[in-house]
Order: sequence, then structure tokens, then C-alpha cells
Amino acid sequence: MTAELVRGQNHTLPQTRLEIRVSAASPVVAGATLGDERGTVHGAEWVAHPGSPQLPGLEVSRQAAADHRLAVDLDALSDAVHRVTVFLALPPGSGRPVSFGAVAAPFVAVTGLDGTEIATFTLTGLDAESAVTALELYRRQGVWKVRAVGQGYAAGLAEMLADQGVTAAAELAASIQGAVASGLARSVAPPPRTPDGERVRHPARPAPSAGSGPPDAGPVTGDRHPAPAPGSEPLAEPSPAPAADTTAGGPINYAHPRRQTSAPPPPPPAAPPTAPGQPAQPVAGDATGWSMDERLYNQIWGMFEDLARAVAAYRSAVDFAESRMDQELERTLSDPRSRIGGTGDRAREEARARRDELTTRAREALDRDLAQLAAESAVVEPALPAAYAGWDNPVWHGYRVPMEIPMALRIGDLHLPERADLRIPLLVRLPLERGIWIDSGRTASDAAASTDGDQLRAAAVETAVAMAARLLAVYPADEFSVHVIDPAGSAAGGLAPLVGSGVLAVPPAAGAGGVASVLAHLTRRVDLVQMAVRAGAADSLPPDLDTGEQLLIVNDFPHGFDDRAVTQLRYLADEGPAVGVHLLMIADREDARAYGPVLDPLWRSLLRITPVADDHLADPWVGHAWTYEPLRAPQGSRVLQQVLALVAAARRAGYR
Amino acid sequence: MTVNMTKGQAISLQKSDGGTLTSVRMGLGWQAAPRRGLFGSRTREIDLDASAVLFADKQPVDVVFFRHLVSDDGSVKHTGDNLVGGAGSGGDDEAILVDLQRVPVHIDQIVFTVNSFTGQTFQEVQNAFCRIVDETNGQELARYTLDGGGQYTAQIMAKVHRAGSGWQMTALGNPANGRTFQDLMPSILPHL
Repeated sequence: MTAELVRGQNHTLPQTRLEIRVSAASPVVAGATLGDERGTVHGAEWVAHPGSPQLPGLEVSRQAAADHRLAVDLDALSDAVHRVTVFLALPPGSGRPVSFGAVAAPFVAVTGLDGTEIATFTLTGLDAESAVTALELYRRQGVWKVRAVGQGYAAGLAEMLADQGVTAAAELAASIQGAVASGLARSVAPPPRTPDGERVRHPARPAPSAGSGPPDAGPVTGDRHPAPAPGSEPLAEPSPAPAADTTAGGPINYAHPRRQTSAPPPPPPAAPPTAPGQPAQPVAGDATGWSMDERLYNQIWGMFEDLARAVAAYRSAVDFAESRMDQELERTLSDPRSRIGGTGDRAREEARARRDELTTRAREALDRDLAQLAAESAVVEPALPAAYAGWDNPVWHGYRVPMEIPMALRIGDLHLPERADLRIPLLVRLPLERGIWIDSGRTASDAAASTDGDQLRAAAVETAVAMAARLLAVYPADEFSVHVIDPAGSAAGGLAPLVGSGVLAVPPAAGAGGVASVLAHLTRRVDLVQMAVRAGAADSLPPDLDTGEQLLIVNDFPHGFDDRAVTQLRYLADEGPAVGVHLLMIADREDARAYGPVLDPLWRSLLRITPVADDHLADPWVGHAWTYEPLRAPQGSRVLQQVLALVAAARRAGYR
Repeated sequence: MTVNMTKGQAISLQKSDGGTLTSVRMGLGWQAAPRRGLFGSRTREIDLDASAVLFADKQPVDVVFFRHLVSDDGSVKHTGDNLVGGAGSGGDDEAILVDLQRVPVHIDQIVFTVNSFTGQTFQEVQNAFCRIVDETNGQELARYTLDGGGQYTAQIMAKVHRAGSGWQMTALGNPANGRTFQDLMPSILPHL
């Protein structure tokens, strides 16, 4: 039971070993002074601060931070101490807030050692003050109590210390701020130099402000995603993207790289209260995360896992029911008594009934879970941003060229045979961590068997074009470009949306010469950027180098490829993703059979997807075979063309 | 209101208000025993492991332990391996969470075991306990102290099993020897 204190209110402390947690929106100095019966502080040795962080029974942090934990052991304090005053101050330095009025209200909590909150206090109503006494712990008739103070001092620490009776207050304040400044200098490593146009650039992002903007790094997935189970082709785990320093050229960003703001994120949408006994109504964005994007991403991965596990429970129950029935039937057969009269028949019937009963109960449990997930899917799908949404989602009709890269991109749908209409979006992190291979070959699936080879190839090109269009659409206009290699021109029809809309800087490369020149261009780019990154010399990149991300679509591999081109392609597949060059291959592995096992590592390094429904993707938890389906624009819809036209217009505007 | 259980005692996992439990946690806590002798302050690390074996009709179907932290169906979760035990007394050092509502219908018994992975017997472990907590409100339902300090490296702690529409827990407290739950299988089977 936490007491939420208001200014002046006090509360009895149930224990003497405490932690005082401080959270603020920007780094603050936290310290404590010890006072006698009259509250007087007898000199510097009665003050715990970053320059002298430990006193008997009291420990504070050594530097300014947005979050602090002060340890207090009231029993270990000297008997002369009757009062412990916790204070906060803004650290010195240019480019920092100079008064508490400029930052969000700091929050302090007194907790037990196990983290349970005893009392909390939010220091509201501060204005020009740069130092403030937050709390007082004081002895009253042998009992320790806490009082919320919130007294601010516009003249800073010196005034506050003087107010508490410290004689050399100004000197002490200066030494505290000096210790803080040196602590800050010590704690900050120079940020790695980011080459201009490296993949983590966000030039189009508006100035970062507290509480807005998605984090640059992924969610802490924790135990939600344990080691992948063995499977046909494990999906990539949602892994944290590399951290980025977003404030290029500005003051150094002291924020934790995976936590962009120290202010708490806006609260997730709350579910309406539910009737007792009913499962909670699903709400879109009902997951952890620092932005709606991240919440939805985590929610979708959560639904993915829940569906995998619910189906695993069902399948294992059904398997068990079957094997138990088999055993019982076997036993009946081998029992000589069952041959007489109807005993055997009865036993067989019983075994079947037992199987049916268990299977029915398992199905009920599964249906309950599926209904819950379907309800969740029904509210989540309409709430998805364009990058996570299918082409049929109305959000694409209101499409506008984004200012920043989303966290992830939906590249298809996954479902299980138990409920084929419950689709889980397959989200991959951006920037792409591995290339994509759209298999235009004949696979084992029914859908592929009923489609002839030419149709499959056409569908593969269509899938690739839709995927390239999505990538172009979710990146800011000047940050993503697409190259196409179509050696024999066999995909000219399918590529028409890309070519016609003008999003390609150069037309698809044809012939062996075209293949060689595109590959040479991209290989040079990867090579140069890599060298620049390694040498830390991003400034020395040639000015004509396009520093945005690049996607290379290769149709008809290995047609038109000589050995040298194949080697270059493998180089791009291996080295490209780290420096922003990605592969999208449309290929039938059979066509490249002549290369033998040499190309196996290439195929393995790519995420294989199919132009028709095919169950070749395994989840990372239990390894079910999930049926993948690519995203298709609805019949007759021109959404793809409209989106590409907007992208092309934005690119033209950007180049002007 | 904690029940200190003795061997073989069964308690029904029904709440006092008649509702059934939905989520329980098996917590395991221990402290490394200080070694006597010249270097008295030195302690040896003791790694106890909590495991849960899921049975359907006396056949092991799934197991949750430090190498497989979540059962395939997601109903049983291990909070993670602790290799050294607790510094102070009190808290759970390893815990296994069971969402009883989500346990697949064919699973009818879940057996909890504790093994000493590093091979020390329970004589060398201090303040070791196993407890069952109602996860929804944190109330401790049952506690089993691993005292006695016998020459054993494992203990079959307790089982929760279906009874009617709800679940029941039976304290087993049976000593055994083994490094992981696999070694215990022969000793578990008689308790099913």
C-alpha cells in the first residue's frame, strides 16, 4: 500500500533499511544531507553527494543521472543525526536545462529493499529553481518518518546548503558540481563516428522531444523468444537493431541507447472493464513498448507465440489421445478373453469414446484460445500502420511518404491449418538483416503443384514488385533506392509498376553487360562504405556515392551471370546488409543446379519466401510448419500504383 | 495463512472462497552453506535446479527445466537458471509458473523436483525451501522446508494433479539422487 504524499505530508516508515528512488526526465544530481535535532548540517562531512558518495548508513550515486537509487540504513546513522534530507539539483553544463521548470516533474519514491513502495512524491509546481529538497526522513520520538518537502532554491545548491546551516555553502556546492562535471566527463565515451549515410541515419526526423519518436533499438524481448526450436527454416528472431546516435552534430546524447527518453512512454490503451468470468476485451497496442509501433510489433509477436503454443497444446493432446487409444486397442486384441462374446467390442468402443472425449475437450480449449486471438486480430489489424498492414488495409489509401523508417515491415501472412483464416502478420525488422529469396521454383505445396511454371514465375515477379514497393513506401523518399537486374528482360511485364511509376533511378539492367555494371557499382559501394566505417572516415566518401539503402532485385538468376558476377553477388549477400545493400532474388534453385553446392551458403543466407501459399516457415518456439502467403493487392485495386506514384513524386521533389 | 506441509499431505488448490486457482508458482530458494575449516568465510557455490515434469496418464509428455524454459504449450514457465542460490534468505531463487487454466487437457499431473546440479547433498545447503504460491495474489499456499539435511542430491517435491474440475497438490518430499530430472524418472514414476 503506497502512500502518495503531497507537499508537507508525512508518513511513518515501517522499516529502517530503505531505498530512495529518483526518476527525472533529464540527468539530475541526487544527494542527501544529515542534520541534527534542529536540522543543522555541520559541515561538508554531513553531506553525501557525488564527490563523497558514502556516509555511514547512507550511499548516493556518483554522478548525475535520470534515475537514482539512494541506499539508506537509518539504524546505521550516528545518534546525533535526526534528519536526512534528500536533495536534487540540476547539473551544470551548456545545453542542459537550467531550472526544474524546464523539465518534467521529478518523482521520488521511498521503497523497501525488495522494491515495494512505501511512499511516493512527485515534485510538481517547480519553476526557476535549480536545486530542491525533495524529502526529509526524520526521527520523531524514536520513530522514523518521511515528509514530502519540495522546497526549491532558485540560486541553486549553495542557497540550499546555506539554508541548512552549512557555513561554507558556496564552496561545498562548487565542489559537488565539480564532482558531477568530472563524473559526466568520465562516464561518456566519445560516440562512434557515424559515416554520413550509414544505415542508421535519420536526417528527416524532427527534433527529438521527450515522449515522442520511436526508439532506435528493438524491444527487450526477454524470455518471450527463447532459443529457436529446430525446424525447417527458423524465422529470424526479432532482434534489437543497432543503436543509433540520432543527434548528429548536436550536444552529445547521454541517453541510454535503447531508451530514448527517460520520461515514461504514454500509457498503453486501457482495456474497458470486463464482466467477471469473461476474458478481457482485446485492445490494439496492448503490449510493452515506447511507441505505438513498438507496442503493435510486440503484440503481433505475442499473438504469434500464443497461437503457436495454443496449437502445440492441442496437437499434443490429440496425439496423446490417439496413441492411448491405439495402446488400448492393442491390449484388447492380445487379451484372449476379449474374443468371447461382446467384451472385445465393448472395450474397443470404450477406447474410442475415451479418445473422442479427450479430443473434444482439447478442441474446446483450442477454440477458446483461437476465438480470443481472432478477436485480438480483429482489433489489431485495422489499427496497424502502413508498414505493418496488408494492401487491403484502408491505411494505404491515406498513404503519405514517411519521415522516418518504421521498426519493421510486414512481408506476408502466416497461418496454421487449425484455423486458416487467423492470419498472423510476418514482420521483419528494418533495416533488413538478411536478403530475401522469392522461390519461383516448383515446391512441394499444393498451390505450387496446381500452378504451371510460367504462372509461378510471374507470381514471383509480382511478389517481388509488391515487396519492393512496400520497402520504397515505408522509407523516407531519398533513403531507399531499387536496382533491378533482369538479364533476359523476361520480367518486363511484371516489373511495369516499378518502371512505369518512375521510382527506379535507372531502367532494369539487361544482358551480361548490364548485370556486370550494376554488380560492379554496388560492390564498389559496399566496399567503400565498409572501408569508411572501419577507418572511421565517413567524410572521405566520394560525393557521388548514394548513401541511402539499396535494394537489388535479381530476376532469372543465374541467367546472364558469369562466375565473376556470381562471386560478386555472393559478396553482396554476405557483406551488403551491414552497410545497407540488400538482395531480393527471384530464382528457382534448379536453374542454378550447375553451380552445385557452391551456392548453398547463398540460399541459406536468404529468407526464403514463396509466391504462393507454402508451409515452409517454422516458428522459433515449437517449430510448427507455418503456411506463408505473400501480400497481394486486392483484385482490381490500384493501391500499389497509387502508392508508387506518391513515392515517385516525393523523390522527384527531393532531388530538386 | 501458510500450510507447512508434511510428506504425503494433500491440499486442494481451492481458494477459501471456493474459486479455483488459476495460476500457481513453485518457488525454490536456498543459500550456499559456508564451509567449515581454516578458510571459514569461503563458500562453495551450490546450484540447485527446479524442474517440472508434465505427465499424461503416467507418461512424461513435456518437461520444463533450465534447458527448456517454457513448455511447448506455454502453460508452464521457468524463470531461469540460478547457479549460486540467494545471498540472503527469503526470496525464490528459481521459480516455475504454472498457468493451470492453460495446461493442455491431457496433462493430468505435474511433478516438481529439485536437483543439486553441482552434486552437493542437502546437508550442505542452508535455508532451502520449496513453496507453492498463488500467483494471482502472492499468497503462500504451502511451504516445504528442505531440511533434514540428508545425504541426498535430489528431492521429488510435490505434484499438482487434476481432481474433479480443479487441481490438487500433494506434497511428496521424497529424497532421491540425481543430477537432473532425467535421473529421477524411476523414482518419480511410483508417485504418479
